[in-house]
Amino acid sequence: MTFQSTPSQTVGPFFEIGLSRLYVNDLVGPGVSGERVEIEGKAFDADGQPVGDAVIEIWQANSHGKYAHPEDQQDKPTESGFQGYGRTPTQPDGSFRFKTVKPGRVPGPDGNLQAPHIAVSVFARGLLRRLVTRIYFPDEPANAEDYVLNLVEPARRHTLIAKRTTNRQATLEWNVVLQGADETVFFDC
Amino acid sequence: MTCLRGYRRPPPGTQPNHLHPQYVSSIKRAPAKPLVYLPHTLSEVTGPMFEASSSDLKACDLTRQHSGEPLGERIIVSGRVLDEDGRPVPHTLVEVWQANAAGRYLHKIDQHDAPLDPNFTGTGHTLTDSDGRYRFVTIRPGAYPWKNHHNAWRPAHVHFSLFGPAFATRLVTQMYFPGDPLLSFDPIFNCTADERARNHLISSFDWESTLPENALGFNFDIILGGRDETPWEKAK
Repeated sequence: MTFQSTPSQTVGPFFEIGLSRLYVNDLVGPGVSGERVEIEGKAFDADGQPVGDAVIEIWQANSHGKYAHPEDQQDKPTESGFQGYGRTPTQPDGSFRFKTVKPGRVPGPDGNLQAPHIAVSVFARGLLRRLVTRIYFPDEPANAEDYVLNLVEPARRHTLIAKRTTNRQATLEWNVVLQGADETVFFDC
Repeated sequence: MTCLRGYRRPPPGTQPNHLHPQYVSSIKRAPAKPLVYLPHTLSEVTGPMFEASSSDLKACDLTRQHSGEPLGERIIVSGRVLDEDGRPVPHTLVEVWQANAAGRYLHKIDQHDAPLDPNFTGTGHTLTDSDGRYRFVTIRPGAYPWKNHHNAWRPAHVHFSLFGPAFATRLVTQMYFPGDPLLSFDPIFNCTADERARNHLISSFDWESTLPENALGFNFDIILGGRDETPWEKAK
């Protein structure tokens, strides 16, 4: 017997009361290894207006390329101070930030390792389904051979790759453009 | 490498399109470019896991989070979280939030001219048991007006957020009540083209979970994406 999955509905404008308990924008606990990165950005709508009522969730492997999940059977260490989950609302100016570590590489569908990446879900008033996207890292040679990045037309790949910021070395910029000329690549997941 | 089984994709029409112009907020926010098909990798078949917290008993009884009883009709909302093959999804987090009996959210931007209830926050969470079951005690939320179109009122609803076993199974949805005359006017409820799928969002009155002299029961089963039968094959 098969069932039909329950349809998605928008989080609406009042999600804060239900979702704030699990707001986590600093993912790095004590004793966690790896390169610290801060990812900051803004969410924009089709008119370039900030989206100040979105909630952004991230999911990533630790610096060894290991997920804190039983289906990750790789022989790599987990770290008790790093669960790999983050959730944050956007501020009225559309901004958000996460403090995390750069994830290690995990296997891809073609048998090769994927480039380091963070899986992202975006929810907001006006979004009837979550939007799924990814954050990749700048100056990363593995990006060129990444299976998923190569599914994306070259002219749009840059929307998935965080940018270095000029003044702060450990801070990366990654924006979400929901619609428009420079629309972020979203995935059918 | 080991072969990976992904999660099934929904049949056409059984999930909303991103753009549903009758829901005005989607017009400037829905992506206009086609989505890129993402094969499920280790990143999508894993996902965050949550444990029970010490506050769990109060968290699943929204009528006992304050010193007094909230106003309104006490109800029990319960059901099972299953996958598309009918298998229970155990120990998964269910988060809920809702308006109070007067149709007002405890949220700073909710300006609806209806009273807040000092004894009702309208938020709860629980983990499903080993059989995928969950249960909340709450009060029936009120309908409330919004500015989507002339005389627009949201039908009474409870927001649900679920993770399931994987990033791919994440779901945020809303539960409605049977027989609500506002459902046929609501662009959010009606955004899913397939009527049968859409009607899964309507709970059913549940005699068995109804408590005598205490609370009406409503059943709401939630179906998350099922697993592919065969491992994902290497793409051409």
